[in-house]
Parts: sequence; structure tokens; C-alpha cells
Amino acid sequence: MNLFAQALAWLGDGTHWQGSSGIPTRVLQHLGITLLTLVIAAAIAWPAGVLVGHTRRGSGMIGAITGGARAIPTLGLLTLFGLWLGIGLSAPVLALVVLAIPSLLAGAYAGIENIDATIPQAAKAIGMTPAQVIRSVELPLALPVIIGGLRSATLQVVATATLAAYTSDTGLGRYLFAGLKTRDYPQMLGGALLVVVLTLVLELVLASCQRLATNRVAHPERNLP
Amino acid sequence: MTGIPFITPVPRRSLLALAGVVALAGCGSSDPLTEGTTSSAPSSGGSAGGATIVIGSQDYYSNEIIAETHAQALEKAGHKVKRQFKIGQREVYLPEIEAGKIDLFPEYSGPLLQYWVKDTKARLADDVYAELKKSTKNGLRVLDQSPATDQDSYTVTKEFADKWGLTTIDDFKKVTVPMTMGGNSEGESRPNGPKGLEATYGVKVGFKPIEDGGGPLTVKALKDNDIQLAIIYTADPTIAANGLVSLKDTKGLFLASHVVPLASKNVDDAAAAVINKVSAAMTPEDLIKMNGRSVKEELPAATIAKDWLAEKKLG
Repeated sequence: MNLFAQALAWLGDGTHWQGSSGIPTRVLQHLGITLLTLVIAAAIAWPAGVLVGHTRRGSGMIGAITGGARAIPTLGLLTLFGLWLGIGLSAPVLALVVLAIPSLLAGAYAGIENIDATIPQAAKAIGMTPAQVIRSVELPLALPVIIGGLRSATLQVVATATLAAYTSDTGLGRYLFAGLKTRDYPQMLGGALLVVVLTLVLELVLASCQRLATNRVAHPERNLP
Repeated sequence: MTGIPFITPVPRRSLLALAGVVALAGCGSSDPLTEGTTSSAPSSGGSAGGATIVIGSQDYYSNEIIAETHAQALEKAGHKVKRQFKIGQREVYLPEIEAGKIDLFPEYSGPLLQYWVKDTKARLADDVYAELKKSTKNGLRVLDQSPATDQDSYTVTKEFADKWGLTTIDDFKKVTVPMTMGGNSEGESRPNGPKGLEATYGVKVGFKPIEDGGGPLTVKALKDNDIQLAIIYTADPTIAANGLVSLKDTKGLFLASHVVPLASKNVDDAAAAVINKVSAAMTPEDLIKMNGRSVKEELPAATIAKDWLAEKKLG
């Protein structure tokens, strides 16, 4: 409990909130890495997931790939990419992209595949093109599940983005590494608490997005009086 | 480890699960690589002459090799030994030693002294050892220090050293381009980092944290010229393997860091004499050579230690 109080004192110290290595800067850097990672990962995973869900083909293979990819240890991958790309941000971002893809992919294909098969068939029967079926029927209905995938990917990435500090001086991970090595445990716990708070905030935001998507986009009929 | 309590046939799946549990239990107690040579005597409460000596090591391959030479030399001399290797960093294992759970641990004189005496002024080998002897407490003692050393050094690429004519740290003054140091993030606040370099040598450098302790990522950053100098241990075989150069520390910026075994009361004089012989025989070159065999040939610590003891006629 004492350590916890010290961590809070560390967080309350005004000098830790200023400068290029201060908490606000590092929180922003941390969010920046998370956002960049998610944008890259989504650009790869969502089109692939939607395609698989729409065609209802290859979901077994996707399941195997995402399951396997989830087992890759991110720190090991980071070292591997680091040896290839050198120090800096590219290696950790690439490793985090690999971490984020399975959840995003699973959300996209499972969301679309789980729509009652008669619905896209009906849409096709009234003359919609495949692109229209995806855009106007499947994506809106699958949106809550797709956001669910984004939610779990964000959770993983924001918590693991501490590893960015392994090869570059970026993000909240620096407090963890520096605190661990110098036995400055209040700093380490303070940094960890910041990551937890950040994660919870993002989680709350995305949870309400998911609820919104369910009530307004996928099932607006539930709002009828 | 307890025996398997099942006698009646059990379905294959539960057998597999059980095997997993047993394997996990094995991982917790000892290193599978050295299982074959470990004396199986449990560390009972008995205190008769042949009490088991529990030997620990850092989670650092070079330290494990040294611990293994101690273990094998003691076994050869008829002592009972239990290996508890790869126990993380000093912050984790020293409390265990102080609590009497580990009896023998290969340590490094300077960093160990700094653990107990945070603001020590001693830098040179003999001063450090003398102060360390006085500062060791809680019924522990340090045995003789070995000529073998494994200390921090500023390392640059051969090209960089040739270009600016660098052999000592003082020569950094000749460099007219901005330089960046790479190392674990704690280096930024520790005396071996940029602050110490400026205070002792008057040389200003920037800092980039790379958290792999002078490992492959640090070497890659040096070669890519992302950093110009890095903190790497002198006993690291990657220095020679990658054409890197360690600069001489003429003003005692770095703490001397000789291999020195830390022992509990459980290590009697006979056992201490065995360890002291091993320490005396180990040269800095021996240590680099053994580390190199671990890195390049990927041999287990037990094999490397056995070969070295045989070479020195201690095994």
C-alpha cells in the first residue's frame, strides 16, 4: 500500500508533468503509436476480413492464421524486426501491427459471416450489386462486431505499446523500463497506472461506440417506441 | 518432485495434461540443461558437515558459466550442490541471498559494492574489493576476487575509432561531430551514462535508450550509425565478433567489476578454498573465450565450464 501511495505521489509531482519527457508528452506519444498501429492494421485486416465474410469462403484458414498469430510473442517479434530495421519506431509499430491484426480480422469476418444468410441473398434478389450488399447491408449489420474487434485490438495495443520504449525513446514504456532497472518502483507503478487509466478510457469510449453502433446502425428498430 | 499418484489406467488426454504439469514443475526447480549433473539431494534442514550448498546465478549467460565452474569444482571436491540458476537481476536475488536461501553466487565487485554503498567513491579494483569486504553484512562474506573482469565500457565501431584516432575515452574530445550514446534507459541517470562522461572527461553526448543491455539491437544501432558509442560489457564476445573497439577508461569513470563470489555461512573454509582456486585461475581472456563459446557454438554452460576446468586441471 505504501508503494501505491508513493506511486500516486510520483504522479502528483508537478515536475513529472513538464518537458519533452513529461507525462502529457508521453501519453500523447503513446496514443500516437496506438493510433498509427491501428490504422495500419485496420487497412490490412478489415478489407481481408470483409471479403472472407462476404464470400463465406476461407474462414477456416483465417481462423487458423489469426489463432496462430495471437500466439506470437510480441517482444521476440520486436527484436527480430529491430535487427532488420534498426532502432527507432518502425520495429515496434510493425510488431504491434502483427499483434492487432488477428482481433481486427476476426471481428470483420465473424461480424459479416454471422449475419443470417437470407438477408444478403434478399438484398441480391432485389437487384443490389455485391458492393452495395457489402456497403448497405452487411457492413451496417456487422458494425457492432467489427467495433468489438477494434475494441479488443485497441486494448492489446495500448497495453503492449509500452514495448516501443525498448528500441526508441517513445511512449509510457520508458517509465516502466527506467523504473525497473533503477529500482524506482514508484515511477514504474506510476507509469503502469497511466497505461491502465489510458486503457480504461479508450475501453469506455469504444464500448459506447459499440453500443451506439448496435442501437443506431445495426438494429435501429430496437429504439422504436 | 513427487511420484505420479495414478496407478489405474487414465485416459490419454489426462496423461498428457499431467505430463505438462510435471514438466512445468521441473522448470520451476532446476535448469533442464544441467539436470543430469545436479545432485538430487534435497536441501533439508540438516546441518551435518556435508550440508548442500545452494548456488545461484544471474539471468546472464556469462554469469551462469561462472556459477557452473563453481558448482562442478565443488562437486569434484565432494560437496553436495544444488543449482538455482538464472535468477534475474541483483534487485531480485540479493534479498534471497541475504535471507539465506542461496549460499553461493558469482558476483561482480563494483556493482555489488554499489548495491550496498550507493555513493561509494572507490573505482579501482583493489579499493573496491577492500571496501566491499568491509560492507558485506548479514553473515555473508566475499571470497577472493578473480582476475577475470566484466565491466561496462564505451564501445565504438572500428571505423569510427580509426576516423577520429580513438583509443581512450579522453580521445572523444577530438571528435567534432555530435555523438549519441546508446544503452539501457537507466544509463541516462546513472554515473556510467552521459552525465558521468561529462563530469569525468568533459565530453558532451546525447542519449538514446535501447533496452537490450548491449545486445544485438545495440550493435546494430552502432553499425547503422544511429548511435556512435554504446555501453557494452568488456567480456562480451560481440565486441571482437563485430569489429567493435572498447575505449580505455584512463580516469576511472567505470567501477572495477571483477568476478567475486558472494558466500553464506553454509560455505565452509574447505569449500571456500575450492572456489578461490577457481577464481585465481580465471583470466579476463578465459571469460571472453567461454562467453564466445556460449554465443557462437551455443554450448550449454555445463559443457563450457567442464572443458575450462579440465584445461586448467581443476576438474
